[in-house]
Formats: sequence, structure tokens, C-alpha cells
Amino acid sequence: MPTIVVDVMPKAELLDPQGKAVTGSLARLGHGAFQNVRIGKRIELTVEGEVTDEVLAEAKTIADEILSNGVIEDVVNIGVVE
Amino acid sequence: MTARIGVITFPGSLDDRDAQRAVRVAGAEPVALWHGSHDLEGVDAVILPGGFSYGDYLRAGAIAAHAPIMAEVAAASAKGMPVLGICNGFQMLVEAHLLPGGLIRNAHQQFIRRDQKLRVENASTAWTNAFTVGEEIVIPLKNADGGYIADDETLRRIEGEGLVAFRYLGVNPNGSLNDIAGITNEHGNVLGLMPHPEHAVEPGFGPATPAAMRSGIDGLRFFQSAVSALVGQAA
Repeated sequence: MPTIVVDVMPKAELLDPQGKAVTGSLARLGHGAFQNVRIGKRIELTVEGEVTDEVLAEAKTIADEILSNGVIEDVVNIGVVE
Repeated sequence: MTARIGVITFPGSLDDRDAQRAVRVAGAEPVALWHGSHDLEGVDAVILPGGFSYGDYLRAGAIAAHAPIMAEVAAASAKGMPVLGICNGFQMLVEAHLLPGGLIRNAHQQFIRRDQKLRVENASTAWTNAFTVGEEIVIPLKNADGGYIADDETLRRIEGEGLVAFRYLGVNPNGSLNDIAGITNEHGNVLGLMPHPEHAVEPGFGPATPAAMRSGIDGLRFFQSAVSALVGQAA
């Protein structure tokens, strides 16, 4: 079944405490090559049948209105995987 | 007339019974309301309690903001009904766009629980009229997602319009911008705050004060404010 993938990230200018904590622990573990970590989330919407333009538009709507909060997050990608 | 104040229980609410008791201690009648219903049962005001509604999945307060009863809360608040969101309830209010801004994970990435000193910045809302501006109060704070943020323009607007209701004093416990602990809407009927007034309404259960252990009852005046706002409205 096709799946619509929505990727949500905390806004770039915003403090990402989760990513910051991981950044700090990577440095402590000696992985100094990684200067910055930001953590978002991937949401998979499984669709029965094919992903029509209408279904995709609906996914975009819920991505903006429910799956992300525009005040604190950005929807960075909406794609379809089979 | 006894004011009837509804407290909505969501799956994962923790402080709904405390909020009901606070309403009773303040002299109003608490009415237990259910998230899945479309009925506010004719209450005069509504409290969205603290906790972890729907497990805080997706984002704190995000799913609750779309609960069936929230459509009624939004409609009633637009008509001026007093609505108080405490902690998880504050998160619901910003997710439902009834208050501006958003709440993110605490800057130090940890859950925090402390008796928190606050400064009253706006004493003309339905939930703060029993305070005076500049007054310092202490009520408990306990949260993981309490960092208040807003974009620069929104922040300028809420500061300019006096919508900041409470600011953290002494310690900023979660990295909130401008030390913001609570905000109100333009009409002063909707108030959201991270600390918990319902845990400071009875001697023996509140924060410590210089006078005695657990004697702090600064939270009581939030609920008394609503009672007097509602009685004043009826008169």
C-alpha cells in the first residue's frame, strides 16, 4: 500500500533542546565531526488505493493543521513511497 | 447564584480533580466535563487541566486541541466565556490558536518541579482580577514542555498589548522567552499558564511560605477571580 511520508522539523531558528542534548553527548563520546544535531519526526500515512492529487492535498492540509504546529515547526517534506 | 465552572477531563489528564476541588474551595460549583462530548452543560467558565492528554503524542496538547468538546470551548470563549488552561491546558490553548505562541521542550531538556515565584503582570483578566499588578506570588510548577516561544512580531505584539499575564521571577525554569509564564487573549477571558494554581488553594497542601510549611494558597485567587468576574457579570 502506498504511504505518504511527512517530515516535520523544529523551526531552524528555534532552540531544539533534544538535538542540543544529543550534540553534547556526541562530543563527549569523541564524535567531534558532528557540530550540530537537530531532531524532527517522520510521520507515515498509509493510503488504501492510489495516492490521488486529492489525497495528497488532504495530506498537505493535515500536515499543516494537525501534524505540525506552524509556530514551532516546519513541514520540510511530503512525499509518497510505494 | 453559584457560578458553575466546568473542568474537562481528557484521557491522560492528571489534575482535573485538583482543579475541581480548587473551584469548590473558591466557592463555585465544579462540573466534570468529558473531552469526547459536545456539551458544555451550561457552565459559566471552563478549565483545561494539567496532565498529559492523549499521552502528549504528536505534541503536548496537540491532539486534545482537536477533541470534540474543544469546538464548543472555542465558540464559547469567542463569546467571552472565561477559559483557564493550566500547563497541559495552556499547551492545548496555543495548539487550538486560542492563545498566541507555542510551547516547546524545556531548554534544559528535563522535567522540572519546583515552587515557582511569579510576578503578576496583568490583573484585569477574568482569572487574575483578585491580584494586583507587580505582586509576587508562589505556586507550584511541574512540566517538561514549558518553554514559551513566539516569533518576534507576535512577541512584540503581546508585550505591547499587555497580554503577558505572569512572568517567572528569580529563576526562568524552562527557557521561556521574556520569562513568560502565562499569557491572556485580547479580551482577558482566556488565560494560559504553565504553573499550577490548583495545587495552592488549601493550607497544608501548597508551597512553603516563610510563615509555615505548605501554607501557600496564592493559587486560590485565580479561581476567586473567576467567581467574582462571573457574579459581576450576572449582577
